[in-house]
Amino acid sequence: MAEQTSAAAALAGVEPVPGVAKPDPILIADGVQRRFGGLTAVDVEHLEVQRGGITALIGPNGAGKTTFFNLMTGFDRPNAGTWRFDGHDLSHVPAHQVARYGMVRTFQLTKALTRLSVMENMKLGATGQAGERFLRALVPALWRPQEAEIEARAIELLERFRLGHMRDELGGELSGGQRKLLEMARALMVQPSLVMLDEPMAGVNPALTQSLLRHVQELPSMGMTVIFVEHDMDVVMEISDWIVVMGQGRILAEGPPADVARNPDVIDAYIGAGHGDESRFTPAPRRSGTAPAGVIEVTPPDEDEGTEDLADGADRRQEDQ
Amino acid sequence: MDALVTILAGGLNSAIGPTAIVFALAAIGLNVHYGYTGLLNFGQVGFMLVGAYGLGISVSIYGAPFWVGILIGLGASVALALLLGFPTLRLRADYLAISTIAAAEIIRFMIRSTGAREFTGGPFGIPSNVGGPGFAQTWHQMNPFPSGRYTFGWLQFTHTRLWVVIVGWGLVALVTLVVWLLMRSPWGRVLKSIREDEDAARALGKNVFAYKMQALILGGVLGGLAGIVLALNQAAIGPDQFLPQLTFFAYAVLILGGAASIFGPILGAFVFWFLLSSVERALLTADVIPTATIGPARLAFVGVLLVLLMAFRPQGILGNKREMVLDG
Repeated sequence: MAEQTSAAAALAGVEPVPGVAKPDPILIADGVQRRFGGLTAVDVEHLEVQRGGITALIGPNGAGKTTFFNLMTGFDRPNAGTWRFDGHDLSHVPAHQVARYGMVRTFQLTKALTRLSVMENMKLGATGQAGERFLRALVPALWRPQEAEIEARAIELLERFRLGHMRDELGGELSGGQRKLLEMARALMVQPSLVMLDEPMAGVNPALTQSLLRHVQELPSMGMTVIFVEHDMDVVMEISDWIVVMGQGRILAEGPPADVARNPDVIDAYIGAGHGDESRFTPAPRRSGTAPAGVIEVTPPDEDEGTEDLADGADRRQEDQ
Repeated sequence: MDALVTILAGGLNSAIGPTAIVFALAAIGLNVHYGYTGLLNFGQVGFMLVGAYGLGISVSIYGAPFWVGILIGLGASVALALLLGFPTLRLRADYLAISTIAAAEIIRFMIRSTGAREFTGGPFGIPSNVGGPGFAQTWHQMNPFPSGRYTFGWLQFTHTRLWVVIVGWGLVALVTLVVWLLMRSPWGRVLKSIREDEDAARALGKNVFAYKMQALILGGVLGGLAGIVLALNQAAIGPDQFLPQLTFFAYAVLILGGAASIFGPILGAFVFWFLLSSVERALLTADVIPTATIGPARLAFVGVLLVLLMAFRPQGILGNKREMVLDG
């Protein structure tokens, strides 16, 4: 179990029912719906995410977790619904502006920029760069000082993520796990208040998982809120303050890890009705090589799977090579 | 030995000649599009066309001053970039490729249609004497070199050619400097990140559409500039000079020299025209095939060389091998 963080303490008295109000929500979603043809991929009536906490978003494949991420971050448009982030209505804000409000995401399939160096990857993450404007870019004196600050910040983060020695390597030369680290570090360059991590541990070897986990756990102490999607239940149970369970686009349950693990609705959603015993909660049928042990795997009876792939099908092809 | 000198001298004269300059400029534009931003522009010739015709039409047909004509030529390239970019830059890269190749051909057919003759010269283009002294008059008047022939070692120029070559390479140098400054700046970093993965750039707060548009305009203006140099060099233009293969020659130049490298397009243009011209002269000298087939034969030869280059040095002459390995 996670050590008692301030967010966990704040959430202690919150009733574990779907859509429950939180003491200090940073993200509030209302009636968010996304349909692909006849299929409702996301149908979230009400969700609040506690500021400063680590909230896990779990659910079987095709539950709509990634689609929900895409909606919140402007990468996809909902058919209905609104959401507020830190007091701002982000419902119609395009993806690139979402980052400027302080919400940054990573991707299920890592997007290390392969032909940029690790340092360039990092520096790209800084927002409000004068040198990113066409005319000012032509006059180095106008952006050099800021560039130096950005570089200093990047070095600090790279050191923390143990990538300091890799700064001149190309993104594409990193291992899968290092790319995950780089993507997370790069996201922090945005200086976000909310970090949304889509399967941060997927495809990472167990040794690196531990170090990644620690990095995620440190984020709240740096003033950030974390929402992450993860299939590895050991990870979820270990670091989350709060767990939101999705199934077929809807929120089936939410609560602190201990409550969710006992929730019969959740067990039904994962294992299917009639197998409601808790011991089944940590089975590990390995998904073809991508996930470490402890994955809950359900052969999804839903066609939703395909729709999640829409967003990153192209990258999946790349990664297959 | 004499024959060899003739062949190499011929190649060298081509390699630094006006055509090489035109292709260097067009390829630098493509480098901004494709090399740095990942935009597949298959209609660079369209930008060259509107640059050349912007100058030609405004000066020769509507009597505008020369410098206004230059501005109109460059402005037309910006307009074409906006026109192509708005509907396609939000879509996948392939859509831009299709639209640009089609747009370049549509413009050429419109320009060359007999109905448009009054405004564009139609199929006959704009010869040097249309509208009085022609659009290149001011250009020739600015030439500081007295009439005559100039020889520097193997290199030979007429005074008009010398003028074009000096100003042309000067422009190439200036443009290269600008692209170099841009690509080492944070602005260039954003373009490269878009080439790698535009969703990642977007997630980090970059307005991908705006950057792609800026890149499309910059590269398009360079294409327009190439067209203007082409027009001034000939002092006349015709619509059928602007065939789709010009775009592909420019791509050959870029890939030969090395995409995403600063000097790649320049070296590419130099080598490409050196090879084309010296092979032509070699074939002429050797007299092994009929003269009429030399044109196609030299292209085939350079084509084979390009294939070999791609097989053994896919990053081009100046490209970065490390980056290329990651490309797959």
